Amino acid sequence: MTSRIVIIGAGPAGIRAAQTLIDAGQRPTIIDEGLQSGGQIYRRPPAAIQRDPKALYGFETEKATQVHRAFDENVHDLDYRPQSLVWNICDKYVELLGPQGMETIEWGQLILAAGAMDRIIPVPGWTLPGVFSLGGAQVSLKFQACRIGDRPIFVGTGPLLYLVAFQYLKAGAQVQAVLDTSPLSGKIRAMPAMLSGGRAFAKGLYYLACLRMAGIPVHFGVRPTIVEESSDGHVSGMEWRDARGNVRQAECDAVAMGYGLRSETQMADLCEAEFLYDPGQRQWLPKQDSWGRTSASGVYIAGDGAGISGADAAELTGKRAALAVLSDLNLLNLKEADAEIVGINSQLKRFKMFRDAMDEHAFAFPERLARSAADDVMICRCEGITAGDLRASVEDFGTQDLNRVKAISRIGMGRCQGRICQTAAADILADAIGVHVEEVGRLRGQAPLKPVSLEALAARAPA
Amino acid sequence: MTHAIAKAHGQFSRLDGAERAFVRLSIDGVQVDVLEGDTILTAILTHQRTLRNFEFSKDKRSGFCLMGACQDCWVHMDDGARLRACTSFVEDGMAIHTGKCG
Repeated sequence: MTSRIVIIGAGPAGIRAAQTLIDAGQRPTIIDEGLQSGGQIYRRPPAAIQRDPKALYGFETEKATQVHRAFDENVHDLDYRPQSLVWNICDKYVELLGPQGMETIEWGQLILAAGAMDRIIPVPGWTLPGVFSLGGAQVSLKFQACRIGDRPIFVGTGPLLYLVAFQYLKAGAQVQAVLDTSPLSGKIRAMPAMLSGGRAFAKGLYYLACLRMAGIPVHFGVRPTIVEESSDGHVSGMEWRDARGNVRQAECDAVAMGYGLRSETQMADLCEAEFLYDPGQRQWLPKQDSWGRTSASGVYIAGDGAGISGADAAELTGKRAALAVLSDLNLLNLKEADAEIVGINSQLKRFKMFRDAMDEHAFAFPERLARSAADDVMICRCEGITAGDLRASVEDFGTQDLNRVKAISRIGMGRCQGRICQTAAADILADAIGVHVEEVGRLRGQAPLKPVSLEALAARAPA
Repeated sequence: MTHAIAKAHGQFSRLDGAERAFVRLSIDGVQVDVLEGDTILTAILTHQRTLRNFEFSKDKRSGFCLMGACQDCWVHMDDGARLRACTSFVEDGMAIHTGKCG
């Protein structure tokens, strides 16, 4: 049996977990799919691309720099595996595909810090070339010094909508419109609770003010109806209904969409951790105690992969998970660790108040939008499964469960393993059956978590 | 020498470039110059507006999440290998095919 501590993910949570473990004299392994550490939020460009950090991270420059430094200063005390894809976790083994091929790593303690990605709601035309996720639009700026288009439209809801639109404005794009599906009234209602967010709240207002000052149309309470297609098959515009129900349209050469974030939880699934439905976040999350321990023995969870709480909270939950590991290994005075955890948890509570106000009111998830998808709208972009196919599986087979629908319709069975379609598929299914979305369950994670070639598998040395 | 930054026909437009070295590769048999540090996705989308064919219809795709999650940007290399374009980097002499099914 090994005592190796393995961290998966080198974003703010993974980095702070690693640092805490190193400070306590440990030498953890950290596996990350990225080229460099930083995660999505503090993603760093390849070495050849030199850009001013201020241009990349804006208000978060100092935080980004601190997190990067925390990693860089500790990297020699780490067993660091960049560009390594964890495709399976089986018992006490992590299987990864890295630059050197397949490798199996035995772990004693495992910290999952896998992060999150955009939550997507399909509308007609969303699979056209030139349509990207909001996170993707940001990646292309930060990581590749490229705009996804010169005249983009940003659609969806959530803090990222305004941040990305603002970043594109700064990057010289002619932003055609910002379309927020949540109404202005919700933002006003959320105001008192959101004031607890202090700086985060002020930043949001600043982005909005800048967009408005630049003359960019910002519409609230919209219902996006179509991503329009040019005669040669590219995105050419968007059509939506405004808050009064009038049809509106704007032209563009790119669209970025996203409706808040969803946690990447498939690894916890492979560890056989118990999951609970979180009604506030509208997603199934690994059950955790107040120290970040999952129900699976030796498996801890941190960052946005444990529920969406943002980068600042991720640094804290990363540290917390490491403290839990150290305390469970009797490497830490329990009383001291306890005092630190209490401090961390009271800070997290403040973040949560702000986050709840955002989720519930300011950027409420447009439940009806997913449910109202017409039968011919493609929901699963991997396999081309439509909303109608999902509804037919209920009608023909009386399906009540998302995994059954997967077996019948192949939704969620494609290469992305349901990462993109799962949210909308659950909503459409729940609506078709007439139950709460919680009742239809969630897609179970399966290995390989992401595609690995048979060639790479075959080359794997026998265990 | 200034960079002939692909603009008019590409989906992506660059914010920088002048200080980066060229990498020469081919996209569907056409020799193009891209930049060191580019992903294959960036290399393709700075030159054209689509990245690959969808397997089940005549639709084209251009990737989506750009962070290795959606798997909608796999492209073929000349030697038959498949690469995820958003997380793979350009190398001199690469021969990329966007016309096949991903």
